[in-house]
Amino acid sequence: MTLPVTSDGQSPHPFARGKFAALVEWWGPRPWSQIAAILGIAALLLWFGLNVAASLQRAGITPGFGFLFRSANFQIGESTLAFQAGDTYLRAIAVGIVNTLKVAVAGCVLATALGVAIGIGGLSANPILGGLVRFYIEAIRNTPLLLQLFFWIALARNLPGPKQAPGGAGFYLSNRGIFVPALTSASGWLVPVAVVAGLGLAAIVASRFLSRGRGLVWLAAVALSALALSALGVGLDIAHLQGFNIRGGMSLSPEFAALLTALTVKFSASIAEIVRAGILSVPVGQREAARALGLNDWQILRLVVLPQALRVIVPLITSSFLDLAKDSSLAVAIGYPDLVSILNTTANTTGQAIEAVFIMTVSFLALNLSVAALMNRYNTRVALRGQVKR
Amino acid sequence: MTLSSTLRRAFAGPANIALSLATLSILALILPPLFGWAVTHAVWQGDMETCRAASGACWAFLQAKARFILFAFYPAEQLWRPVLVVMALLVLMILSTLPRLWGKALLTLWPITLLSAWWLMAGSGPLPRVSVNDWGGLPVTLLVWTTCMAFALPTAVLLALARQSRMGGLRSLSVAYIEVMRATPMVAILYFAMLILPMALPNGIILDKIARATIMTALFFTAYLAEVVRGGLQTIPAGQAEAASALGLGYWRTVQLIVLPQALNKVIPGLVNLAIGFLLATSLLAVIGVFDLLNAAKASTTDPAWMGFYDEAYIFAALIYFVLCFGGSRYSLWLERRLQRH
Repeated sequence: MTLPVTSDGQSPHPFARGKFAALVEWWGPRPWSQIAAILGIAALLLWFGLNVAASLQRAGITPGFGFLFRSANFQIGESTLAFQAGDTYLRAIAVGIVNTLKVAVAGCVLATALGVAIGIGGLSANPILGGLVRFYIEAIRNTPLLLQLFFWIALARNLPGPKQAPGGAGFYLSNRGIFVPALTSASGWLVPVAVVAGLGLAAIVASRFLSRGRGLVWLAAVALSALALSALGVGLDIAHLQGFNIRGGMSLSPEFAALLTALTVKFSASIAEIVRAGILSVPVGQREAARALGLNDWQILRLVVLPQALRVIVPLITSSFLDLAKDSSLAVAIGYPDLVSILNTTANTTGQAIEAVFIMTVSFLALNLSVAALMNRYNTRVALRGQVKR
Repeated sequence: MTLSSTLRRAFAGPANIALSLATLSILALILPPLFGWAVTHAVWQGDMETCRAASGACWAFLQAKARFILFAFYPAEQLWRPVLVVMALLVLMILSTLPRLWGKALLTLWPITLLSAWWLMAGSGPLPRVSVNDWGGLPVTLLVWTTCMAFALPTAVLLALARQSRMGGLRSLSVAYIEVMRATPMVAILYFAMLILPMALPNGIILDKIARATIMTALFFTAYLAEVVRGGLQTIPAGQAEAASALGLGYWRTVQLIVLPQALNKVIPGLVNLAIGFLLATSLLAVIGVFDLLNAAKASTTDPAWMGFYDEAYIFAALIYFVLCFGGSRYSLWLERRLQRH
């Protein structure tokens, strides 16, 4: 005996199909109240829009993005892209985007490194180390990022001159900037990067086919890379004191250094908490079982604990990275020329505030969505690993 | 945990001994100079010259500038008003932490206190007016924070309900609002308040900076709160609402009597944690030139009579933030355990 079943098993009404019906179903109950509510909100927005249009007319500002191609008559303190007064606003904004990405990416890398170290430190059974880590995390988490940023910038601007600058081994903290060793290349960057990438790729491919000796392959790849790089004239330029100034190396501006330090320190505390929570989420029994099977500490961490902990860690760390990128906009408070700060200057010099805030919102929306998409792909990989494959 | 058991755990086994010694040697490097700076070489009384001559902290600076950091430019003869505002808000906050006081009384007390607080700060009628430009310090931070929370919480509940509802139009609107707000940095929201909001108001109506910033900040917080509330709503099985409607309860009665009490109860610790984050976030008002606690602390270091004692000023402000936030997070932990028990 067969029962009559509709093809989708959902809609009992034989005519409730088609695009319109689907739309009606999606729109849901109380269709007219919804339309009234949306019209009400639209009317409010329209009223604001009309007010804005009237204000713009009074101020004599033409809305639109034409200003992007006019020349900007301001200087930008530091820029990776070349910029001088007279270049277009578009280029200024591009400089801002690059500066934001620079500090955000460096911040994510450093905060992760510091955060993982602190998180693991906090997990140790040692009460003295544990106490120190707790103190660090609580002190950092319970004070505002902007306050920490003000503190770091005040510190960076009040550093002693080059002669008395503390530091050594290529690192100097002076009021002319923070000096770190720089990578230099005599023959441009294309060939060295290609060589290292090729060797890395070869090592990945080789270790795919090997069941033993993967460590040796990687060691060989690293050694070969080092040899190739020194042969190609890649070297470290180390800062050193010469007369009354520091020569060589790479100089970070006090603003960049302060912003990077503030973001790194603030987010290392949250990442440490995430790492801790992730590792604690793996039941102790798993570790004990792995030990009973004869795995060593490193194998337990790599094969048992990390794959499961990462499932907890990755989504949380993603939102931390996004917060870090958004918080890099505090740059405006100390004069580091990031995207927000340059758009603010643009709004003040052209009066095109709406366009500036629009670009700000769209840029961060795009950044957010792309990072989220990237991390989601990684997350599916991590989430699948360790599960029973069917 | 006793001291002896702590010591035993710290020095059990060679690895632990090495870790403890390494940590202690780091502390030995940091602590003595810090103690010297903060206590032995510190200046407790005097002026800028005595502080400049000493190598330690200048606590005399805080004695001289504490009033400015806490209340900024508020006229000295009217100082009782911001003091009263701070006390009232702190007392009400402490009362609100006690679960057995949760109820209608507190819900009515909050709006009344907030309205009177704004009136006390601004003054009208019997009280002389104080221009918003003279407001500053702790009362501004606390007032903006609590007002934003008081506005954002009910709005967030509505947004979360819309996001969970079967009404496609309102749901999409709510999702768009929440996602755009959460992707935007708060600094951009504050610039919107500074640059665009004045243009969106009809000609002739002028809102001051603090009011504009408060409105936009409240709208910003709403999106984050809505997501936490939604998390609570998701834990309530659909059967509950269906049972309620089978009993003849309408949508709003179901929400009010069945869904919200359970959903909110589940997310209160999360809401407290978010509120702490918001208190820290109000410090961004300094970026647009509002004299909140942080900006007042920063401004105090540019007084010609006390130039450049930023360490002391920031430590003072940081301590205030820390006490409020650390207290809040401990409270949230306690509350979580208590709610789990019931």
